[in-house]
Amino acid sequence: MGTEAKSEELSTDHLLGIGDLSEDDIGLIFRTADGFKEVLRRPIKKVPSLRDITIANLFFENSTRTRISFELAEKRLSADVINFSSGASSVKKGETLIDTVNNILAMKVDMVVMRHPDPGAAVFLSRHVNARIVNAGDGTHEHPTQALLDAYSIRERLGSVRGRKVVIVGDILHSRVALSNMLCLRKLGAEVMLCGPPTLMPRHVASMGVLVEHDLDKALRWCDVANMLRIQSERQSEGGPSYFPTLREYAMLYGLDRDRYDRIGRDIVIMHPGPINRGVEITSDVADSGASIILEQVENGVAVRMAVLYLLAGRIHRDN
Amino acid sequence: MRTSVILGSRAFALTLTRLCYQLIEDHGDLRRTVLLGLQPRGVLLARRLRGELARILGHDDLLYGELDITFHRDDFRRRSVPLAPSATQLDQTIDGRRVVLIDDVLYTGRSIRAGLDALLAFGRPSQVQLLILIDRRFQRELPIQPDYVGRWVDSLSGQRVSVEWAETESMDQVLLETTSTDPTRGPSPTTGNVAHGH
Repeated sequence: MGTEAKSEELSTDHLLGIGDLSEDDIGLIFRTADGFKEVLRRPIKKVPSLRDITIANLFFENSTRTRISFELAEKRLSADVINFSSGASSVKKGETLIDTVNNILAMKVDMVVMRHPDPGAAVFLSRHVNARIVNAGDGTHEHPTQALLDAYSIRERLGSVRGRKVVIVGDILHSRVALSNMLCLRKLGAEVMLCGPPTLMPRHVASMGVLVEHDLDKALRWCDVANMLRIQSERQSEGGPSYFPTLREYAMLYGLDRDRYDRIGRDIVIMHPGPINRGVEITSDVADSGASIILEQVENGVAVRMAVLYLLAGRIHRDN
Repeated sequence: MRTSVILGSRAFALTLTRLCYQLIEDHGDLRRTVLLGLQPRGVLLARRLRGELARILGHDDLLYGELDITFHRDDFRRRSVPLAPSATQLDQTIDGRRVVLIDDVLYTGRSIRAGLDALLAFGRPSQVQLLILIDRRFQRELPIQPDYVGRWVDSLSGQRVSVEWAETESMDQVLLETTSTDPTRGPSPTTGNVAHGH
């Protein structure tokens, strides 16, 4: 027939973490995102695919770019969107997570995009409520759409992910971006190195099949791509343990500035999941240089999230 | 399953040539007309017509694009699994231009409806026409009719029209496949050749 196309689907009903995805799933998400990236370049950047789907964005933790990116992705797909952030909600009045979500689902919501400070919150929710769950970050556990858009951006800039050497620099211990990236890049056949001070490096992390290096200059000489993570001051609570003496010392040892970049002697790709602490993990002259794909990451984030939502929604079947 | 040939390779070539001349009759040198093939199978026809038109007209500045309709379909989620998208390639503006949508088979009309929807996301053409190689004319579910038709086929819903291309299937031909599960259904279709579209 005229427009018969290939059908494919994800192996999972929810996106809880990269751990649940196969390499084929990630390939399908990327190919679908290619289609949405083209849609986002049209004069009218909207398609009707999800016009009968309602999505709740539940953010129990602060977020600006991830929430905007998801919301834009949902609107570009014509879904109905409701937003909820815990600051102004009954969570403050002592309601449990399941009660909060079930109350929202009672209003006929099909999908939930959730960010939560507790690791495993998305998995917990997927077992107890009747909706498709997309994890938008659960504590220090996973942030799967960030890892997907990072790998997608590497694929776009370098042509492929397989065989590329990627170093993830900074606060690995508190970073869900680092864990999801590690899993995603390994699944796609990249080599991964972690670099940061020993206090911010999880113990036994090398057992996940990644290299560990504490000298940033050595790591940069090894890699094709450097993903500079943000120092998460909010996860290093006041009065709690201190992981490094001063931000200034951290910037000296693990910050990427022009001199350090020039010493590599060849071009590498610079990434950052945002928001940037300029002058700490990366200086402006590197963040704004041609080597940086930081804004491409943001742009690709919408297309990749559209692909995830589209593919998960494709697995919702109405009974009528 | 029984297979009969609707268009053999010689008739296929004649049909393509006739469609080209019909386009030239209506659109002149085609310098203001965008030829737009629908993914995935309509683009095979569109690419062929583009080559043939360039040969006949003696110039190569044809405005050409390929349009994927996956995200505009109305059967998303009614299928057991979602469709994977193909590439859209539409580099020129369609604003104020005439657009000819090109697909290989017109059946229910739903793909063309989705194609119109996708097309309008790119702008406001002055006119949109539809060119079809095979029109299964009694199977329409929407009020959509082609402007240029290669061949009309009066087929049954259990039958399948398959357009094969030398590029992808080794030879140019159009086949009608009848599954023999329903003996009460009539055997052979009637086909009609048209000198001009309606």
